[in-house]
Amino acid sequence: MLILTCPNCGIAADETDLAPGGEAHITRHGPEASDDEFEGYLFHKRNPKGVHFERWRHAFGCGKWFHAARDTATLEVFGTYPAQTLEPPKALQALIRKKRPDWEGFQK
Amino acid sequence: MRRYSAFAIAREAARFHTGWERAWRSPMPKKAYDVIIIGAGGHGLATAYYLGKNHGIRNVAVIEKGWLGGGNTGRNTTIIRSNYLQDESAAIYEKARSLYETLSQELNYNVMFSPRGVMMLAQTEHEIRGYKRTEHANRLQGIETRFISPAEVKKLVPIIELAGPRYPVLGALWQPRGGTGRHDAVAWGYARACSDMGMDIIQQCEVTGIDQKDGKVTGVRTTKGDIACKKLGIVVAGNSGVLADMAGFRLPIESVALQALVSEPIKPCIDVVVMANTVHGYMSQSDKGEMVIGGGADGFNNYTQRGSFHHVEETVRALIETFPIISRLKMLRQWGGIVDMTGDRSPIIGKTPLGNTFINCGWGTGGFKSIPGSGWAMAATMASGQPDALAAGFGLDRFREGRFIDESVAAGVAH
Ligand SMILES: Cc1cc2nc3c(=O)[nH]c(=O)nc-3n(C[C@H](O)[C@H](O)[C@H](O)COP(=O)(O)OP(=O)(O)OC[C@H]3O[C@@H](n4cnc5c(N)ncnc54)[C@H](O)[C@@H]3O)c2cc1C
Ligand SMILES: [Zn+2]
Repeated sequence: MLILTCPNCGIAADETDLAPGGEAHITRHGPEASDDEFEGYLFHKRNPKGVHFERWRHAFGCGKWFHAARDTATLEVFGTYPAQTLEPPKALQALIRKKRPDWEGFQK
Repeated sequence: MRRYSAFAIAREAARFHTGWERAWRSPMPKKAYDVIIIGAGGHGLATAYYLGKNHGIRNVAVIEKGWLGGGNTGRNTTIIRSNYLQDESAAIYEKARSLYETLSQELNYNVMFSPRGVMMLAQTEHEIRGYKRTEHANRLQGIETRFISPAEVKKLVPIIELAGPRYPVLGALWQPRGGTGRHDAVAWGYARACSDMGMDIIQQCEVTGIDQKDGKVTGVRTTKGDIACKKLGIVVAGNSGVLADMAGFRLPIESVALQALVSEPIKPCIDVVVMANTVHGYMSQSDKGEMVIGGGADGFNNYTQRGSFHHVEETVRALIETFPIISRLKMLRQWGGIVDMTGDRSPIIGKTPLGNTFINCGWGTGGFKSIPGSGWAMAATMASGQPDALAAGFGLDRFREGRFIDESVAAGVAH
């Protein structure tokens, strides 16, 4: 079973206590955005086979959102971090690069 | 190709089965083909077959990284139905269902299509209204479905518990011409027919890159070398995002795990397919006697073909309420496949941003039933370069234009 540690309350939560929220760090473009940008925001998922940053909610716990970094090809969890950030923490990125040398790096 | 027949069985019995030939060739790839199809699942093989049969395009290779039919085509629970809500869906799923009726004869390969009837239980007031709406829509589309009473449900499925307790059976949407088929045989039958037309099915060959020039595809890189092509079809279900990445575009698709399981075999006790969408479970009985059971998909991106245990538990827990007699059965096998989910739960068939490159994906949890219709429409689209009538609504551009084909209700539960 997938276990993620909620950075809000510190509990190592089972998958059954969590609600998945899809890809993280998606930019919602403003009112002047082009059709391309809005299409990208709404529909174009990275859906990578490998390192994935995603949103989760500690639904049957503290109820708060957080982010997780996972490998979709192995189910390895690299770490979790607060949702109030525009990109994954540098230390977490460094850890992933060490474990996955051919990872192309975090891209917006 | 030597045809299969009752006479062939007698002939081979008389000579100790020494005369059966291989069902398809296993060639090394040529330098170039007119058309390359990536993915030898049902949809890729059916596309190749109708390219040859309907459009006379036979210089075709189907490239498969594993073994043919080893993706979702060989992992599904084989429900075949066409009782969808929207007109575009009804057209392509019904085309597929009707092709299934004669597929064994056409391919000279027994795909064991069994039109035993598919029943979708209504267990809430909302579901009753939803299915009555579908029944009316289906009537306008020329698809035979009927909303039936709990008494009729019980007559068709004596082992069902109507009373609930939590979700009583209030009726059902019944499609008597729906049913099941043999998933492997569909892939094998198409593969044999393709090979017979001179097409190359190349297994154990992974596509690792897509070459392009001036915005058009020129060929693919594979673990068995580079192969050139004039047109390319990407038909790889859960791996669509990976191939799109190679081709340089993105898709409105996420890959997640969907699981199924079978019980130990028991004597025949249910001869229709029952789907219970509110409680998220469905069941039919295979010819071997196993209960074939499936439920909902996982909620997170995954490429491992392993799903979460609690989904299996939820499915089984719900089905035991509806079918108390299965409560003591032991489960024999459980497995997962990676399904390609779109936001409107409808497939994508058509052109891609890369020239001469076409994609067929997004069938998600329910694309076994559509294999013949999808291959038919994809082949026509690839042959002419323009969307076929059956495929026209399913283009990639529908997301940008907000023209969804919303089947999230009809597809309710997986498949
Ligand atoms: C558990 C489960 C139950 C289901 N139940 C039903 C059901 O009851 N009814 C129904 O209608 N549908 C059902 N489905 C859905 C159905 O199985 C799929 O929609 C359908 O089989 C998809 O077929 P396909 O040919 O597109 O994909 P696949 O059969 O997955 O074929 C794609 C092929 O592409 C190959 N490939 C991928 N990447 C590469 C590469 N780089 N190079 C070369 N080859 C590659 C893969 O190895 C694979 O063989 C179910 C699915 C699952 C997982
Ligand atoms: Zn928490």
